[in-house]
Amino acid sequence: MAMPTYPVSLSFGAWNNLVTAATGELSTNAAPLGGSPTLRLEGISKTFRATRALDHVTLEVRPGEIHGLLGTNGSGKSTLIKVLAGYHAPDPGGRMTFNGEEVSLPLSSSDFRRLGMSFVHQNLGLLPSLTVLENLRLKQIALSPGMHLNWRRERAEGQAVLDRYGLDIPQWRRVDELSAVNRALLAIVRAFEEIREGCEATGKPGLVLLDEPTPFLPEEGVARLFKLMREIAASGSSVLFISHDIDEVMEITDRATILRDGRVSGEVETASASHDDMIELIIGRSLAPAEERTNEATAFAPGLSITSVEADGIAPFSLDIGKGEVIGLTGLIGAGYDRIPYLVFGASPATAGELTIDGRQLALPGMTPAKAIAENLALLPGDREAQSGVPSLSIADNMLLPDVSDWFRGGLLRNRGMRNEAKRLGDAYEVRPNDPDLPLAALSGGNAQKVLIARWMKRKPRLLLLDEPTQGVDVGTRARIFDAIAAEAETGMSVLCASSDAEQLARICDRVLVFARGRVVRELTGSQVSKDHITQACYASLENSDRSPT
Amino acid sequence: MTTQARAHAAARRMRLFERYALLVVWALLIIGFSLALPNSFPRWGNFSILFASYAPAALLALAIIIPLTSGDYDLSVGAVMTLSSCLIAVLNAWAGLPILLCLLLAVLAGVVVGLFHAFFIVYVRIPSLVVTLGSTSLISGVVQWFTKSSTIGGIDNALIMSVVGGRLFGVPYAFYYAFAAVVILWYVFDYTPLGRRLLFVGRGREVARLNGIAVERVRVGALVASSVVASCAGILYAGVLGSADPYSGLNYLLPAFAAAFLGSTTIMPGRFNPWGAMVAVYFLGTGITGLTMLGIPLWVTNVFNGGALILAVTISQLTRGREAPDIG
Repeated sequence: MAMPTYPVSLSFGAWNNLVTAATGELSTNAAPLGGSPTLRLEGISKTFRATRALDHVTLEVRPGEIHGLLGTNGSGKSTLIKVLAGYHAPDPGGRMTFNGEEVSLPLSSSDFRRLGMSFVHQNLGLLPSLTVLENLRLKQIALSPGMHLNWRRERAEGQAVLDRYGLDIPQWRRVDELSAVNRALLAIVRAFEEIREGCEATGKPGLVLLDEPTPFLPEEGVARLFKLMREIAASGSSVLFISHDIDEVMEITDRATILRDGRVSGEVETASASHDDMIELIIGRSLAPAEERTNEATAFAPGLSITSVEADGIAPFSLDIGKGEVIGLTGLIGAGYDRIPYLVFGASPATAGELTIDGRQLALPGMTPAKAIAENLALLPGDREAQSGVPSLSIADNMLLPDVSDWFRGGLLRNRGMRNEAKRLGDAYEVRPNDPDLPLAALSGGNAQKVLIARWMKRKPRLLLLDEPTQGVDVGTRARIFDAIAAEAETGMSVLCASSDAEQLARICDRVLVFARGRVVRELTGSQVSKDHITQACYASLENSDRSPT
Repeated sequence: MTTQARAHAAARRMRLFERYALLVVWALLIIGFSLALPNSFPRWGNFSILFASYAPAALLALAIIIPLTSGDYDLSVGAVMTLSSCLIAVLNAWAGLPILLCLLLAVLAGVVVGLFHAFFIVYVRIPSLVVTLGSTSLISGVVQWFTKSSTIGGIDNALIMSVVGGRLFGVPYAFYYAFAAVVILWYVFDYTPLGRRLLFVGRGREVARLNGIAVERVRVGALVASSVVASCAGILYAGVLGSADPYSGLNYLLPAFAAAFLGSTTIMPGRFNPWGAMVAVYFLGTGITGLTMLGIPLWVTNVFNGGALILAVTISQLTRGREAPDIG
């Protein structure tokens, strides 16, 4: 697969002009236009045990501004959002002002209404089984002081709100019957309405924070969303727009703050910044164009192949996986890479495609987890408690679940044999504490993951499918899991690992495929499989892929 | 280290106590009634009747814990027991079919009811509580129709003889049928892969599916097994009474449910288990028998059963702490 190499070149002269501050301290002469900024954070730090997730972060959002917030996974972006949402208390020493008023941290839930801050999180926070009106007026209806609910008034108010933003959605519709776009618009309108009255009363601007609202929207929907954001900004309030998509940030925002490794790596006027500037601020250094690999990656004996697997939102995807090859799948949020393992395993239905194993062709639409296990495939899902293991059952039962029939000998399930085997595997995979009778819930996340990895590894699978295998797993355990994967790959096990963690992919993969909008846009091999190249390719991924017109 | 070891030992003693607490309470109950009624309560004949008359309830409790383990409620077991016993009476006493054929047809009726439930619960995805509540009323109505709402006597004496006609170690046969069912279910739950799959389906349906377990088939099987065991309870019930009536069977539903949950706090705390269910049935039976002999009015029985159900679920919730309950 020949992929265009993404060129990175930067002139540093132009660079310094548009970056206001690249050191983590905002230069003091950046006086806001027209009085005090709507939101100003200064010197915000957050330390989790030994790791510093945020390091003296400064962020300023001016009135009437659409402000972008960018950064990779692990840049501290989500920690910062959680500080703003009052979920985390920042380390002492940080300051926050809102419209010039000093606000004490951590924020409490009563602050948001008073100040005029509202959030739209990625899940939108709508109640799907209620109507548009009930969702829109949720607070007013739920907190209505009287005994009697004046539905006529609620309807009138609700219609007025929808009309004000030009949303043509029937009020009586259930929210789960709406399109994805209308749901997002409804959530944003509701968030803005929450603060509007207060803002009009005090004459002070408010702030709406949008956390990744676009990845699942079609292009036309993004345009409507942006129009709505501009209307909000035109009313004098501000929008803090969090996104992975650099192009979107370039299009909609006035300024943007970029985080990297817990620090502010830059604050830019978007009008004068280029796409490449943004990428460099996100990744941290300018990359020499990845050299074309001359030495071809390790040749693997042919293993199995996936041929044009297809599903809703996934373009036909084909891949040959060598014996012992470790292939990474990645991309930005919403790219669809994380659905491939489930499609191959038959855990979620594919609409077309086949899997070829030893010359035998298996139709993927008819695949089930049971058939996949019979073919000696293994899937370690990302959602540990809901999909991978049952917390209330014992370690031994969880570990030996797919093999439980092997322990049925002479008409009896050999519980002691199972316990001994679980103990042995627990030793091999360093599960602590290694007591097979304990419920899985008694273990830490990392140790529970070891149990579940051991479950599949002991079967010596032909293909191991992973989805975010080290999420919520401590550093030591991570290394242990990587070693186990590498050791098995040595003996011929193929691995397909979906992950958003570039560092992890660089560590274990022979090849990395980068997805955007449901298709592969880039293949990284050999020396290109590095943390920086993977991250860069993810951020470049959206520009050579068109949004599907749906 | 020593404090840790001591803590371990204390935790082990606590677990041991938890496992056998209900047996201890049962013994205390027997001693209490024996002191209150020294002349009538502590008699073998008394216990012998207790063992026989609660055997159908024990089977019902077993019928309930099968789908409960795989995550579905079956509220219809009382109605299915009535259906089975009335079917036997009508076919045998009124239509004159041979008793063995009647028993076979009764069990077959259980299979049909189980499949009926499974269709709506597993394939149409209606909550099991709703389906089995509806079918309780539906079945009861049908039973009243074909029995003409009357009590039917004259069931073949062979059935009665083989259920309560003889005694082994002073206990009527009926008890041993329930005992055998407990042993079989214990074997299936603890010593077969099927039992382990049943448990995983109940505790984590998606986990079970992704580990290759045929979740739907397991659920269908559990629901059918539940109705079949309830039909067998109906056979015992017809044998114990020597007749069948379309109303009294429903009275067993609540004690059986109470026993299923109370049983999950004992023997193997935190799991619905057959031994626990059996112990709980006889514990409740002892309580009701004792109270009746004390001359306490009939309404107390209802209070006792209902109170025991709520108390049992509360205890099982408390002992399992924050663990997810079996039923979501």
